[in-house]
Amino acid sequence: MKALLESLIRGLGNGSVYALLALGFVIVYKATRVISFAQPSFMIGGAVAVSYLAEVTGFYLAMVLAALLVAAVALGIERVAIRPMVGRPVFVVAIITLGIDVVVRVVVNGFIGLDVRQVGDPWGLSLVEIGGLAVQQRWLAMLAAAALLVGLLFAFFRYTRYGLAMRAAALDQETALAQGVSVGTVFALSWAFAGGLAAIAGTFVGTGQGVDQLTWIIALKALPAIIVGGLDSLGGAVAGGLIVGVVESLVQSYQSDLAPWLGQNFAIVTPYVVMLLVLLVRPYGLFGTREVERV
Amino acid sequence: MSTGAPPETARPEAAGRPAAARRRARRPGGRPLLYTSYAQDMALLDTRAKKIWFYGIVLAALLASQVLVDDMLSLLAMAYVVAIGAIGLNIVTGYAGQVSLGHAFFLAIGAYTGAAISGDPDGRVLGLGVTSILVWLPAAGLAAALAGVIVAPLATRLRGLYLAIVTLGLVFLGEHIFKEWDQLTGGPGVGRPAAVVELFGLRLDRPGPLGSKEQQLYLLMLVLLVVFAVAARNLARSRIGRGFAAIRDRDIAAEVIGVPLTRYKLLAFAISSFYAGCAGALLYTVTGFFDPGSFNLLMSVQFIAMVLIGGVATISGSIAGALFITLLPRLTRELPALVPVISADTTQTPNVFQVETVLYGLLIVLFLVFEPRGLFGVWIRVRNYWKSWPFSY
Repeated sequence: MKALLESLIRGLGNGSVYALLALGFVIVYKATRVISFAQPSFMIGGAVAVSYLAEVTGFYLAMVLAALLVAAVALGIERVAIRPMVGRPVFVVAIITLGIDVVVRVVVNGFIGLDVRQVGDPWGLSLVEIGGLAVQQRWLAMLAAAALLVGLLFAFFRYTRYGLAMRAAALDQETALAQGVSVGTVFALSWAFAGGLAAIAGTFVGTGQGVDQLTWIIALKALPAIIVGGLDSLGGAVAGGLIVGVVESLVQSYQSDLAPWLGQNFAIVTPYVVMLLVLLVRPYGLFGTREVERV
Repeated sequence: MSTGAPPETARPEAAGRPAAARRRARRPGGRPLLYTSYAQDMALLDTRAKKIWFYGIVLAALLASQVLVDDMLSLLAMAYVVAIGAIGLNIVTGYAGQVSLGHAFFLAIGAYTGAAISGDPDGRVLGLGVTSILVWLPAAGLAAALAGVIVAPLATRLRGLYLAIVTLGLVFLGEHIFKEWDQLTGGPGVGRPAAVVELFGLRLDRPGPLGSKEQQLYLLMLVLLVVFAVAARNLARSRIGRGFAAIRDRDIAAEVIGVPLTRYKLLAFAISSFYAGCAGALLYTVTGFFDPGSFNLLMSVQFIAMVLIGGVATISGSIAGALFITLLPRLTRELPALVPVISADTTQTPNVFQVETVLYGLLIVLFLVFEPRGLFGVWIRVRNYWKSWPFSY
């Protein structure tokens, strides 16, 4: 029982990181109808920026600065490579983001070098005792940060002018334009949000074990999360992220005893298995809206 | 192209005539775009220029086996195999419009089927000892096609980016399976020998009557590429090819005009996977050894890059793209001599491998932004310029 609860908390911690990444994907998708495959590079870029800045400014300030920095980079990329493609097939734009991801990652890898870089977080791998459970502090920090950010984001979309503009543009771009919403600003904002969220998620991924040149793969686990939750649902992204995190953690804890024939490290691919299973039952995810098909 | 062709219904007797008589329907001299029969309009090489180019390039490629050094030949042989795979991806993504990021998975299935069938039965890894290429190549293709058929039901339920992500998941699942199944694959970091190339009792991976090992493999790959490319071109102009195009342009509209959606998507995946499987089985015969870690997302992205850089829904474009991407590392390796900032040492920071990866990414972005039709589009522009020369309109 104790092991199960500990595994659950680890899953929720990791899941909240996936949720942050998934939110970035969904925000971009809702604004531009494109899945931005550039998220892994933003995530790793944020983590690396923190690892450099933390030595100067301390961890927390570094995280904020890194999020702003990556958001600015994302904004620039959107303006240069994505905006000219408005109106082109979404597949083409998605592949462009794939190209951007490759380029940005190589640049970031140059800053990582061959070793593991520590992000200078205050938690490390240290544990805290809660009701008899030994829980790593960083899982709790991830959960708290994700809860705070998700709350802020939902408040932003609900109560601010720009949040309303983004919801309007997501609903119907042309009508939003006719009402005076600057759809270009919405595109730019969505990319900046996605970049900033990815940077923070990356920082949390880097807590404890640090970042190396292969850490970016973790960002791709947010893809099953958004598919499970539904591509166009913010709540679905959070739920999907948590589901993927928890399932992965449980599999990691129990698969070697229950189903050893699945091989070592099966936990790494469980998000994709979960995704396939959900898609077989619900092709538009748990909370996604069914696409209306018209000729 | 078909501007000068009279509609077929206008000459009903043309359809019934035997092939020999139809071939006699020659076009008048100096009128390269005037078609006088349906067969001419549908011909694969429908203009004289195409005919000359096609036979010229094939001839040049054949001669190259005698002229180029072995090192270059093995690189080109590799590029030809990769081109087969790129044509496969172009069938499903370019012609049928189903975005697949899972191409590496199908290549892996082909590679392991081929290697397992032809492998040494007493070796460290699984092998059946049937070394004839006539057996293992179709088997590899069929095994991959079967996997494609299994995946296809997902494709019929999903559209666009959902499908892209699912196929991406496939690559990760495949990578896991192949890393764990070390009886078949040798395990990560160890790998296993590739398929043994034997044709009618002749081992092509050893020096033989056709020349050195590289020359023989080069010729084999060239022949196979021509066969596969012509077959794909033929498919594209058939009823099935038109069905694919209709699905790509608007799948519901295609269904309304009578294209059976499920069956055609299934077919697209099966054919594409067949190509991928054959390419996978052949790919490592040149180097002789392969590792389960090679079938990763980067490989899928490279294939996507080939299709996009070469030209979506063109066979010649796929081949050009494959040659381009495969020869790119060779070009970047020359860079340190020209640009002293770039180092050939992998531990230094602007090194050739980084430059190469950045180039993949940048080329994808630049081609999509500035020349969406890819290298094929560049060729069309050059051709049209000279066709209308000295007029620029």
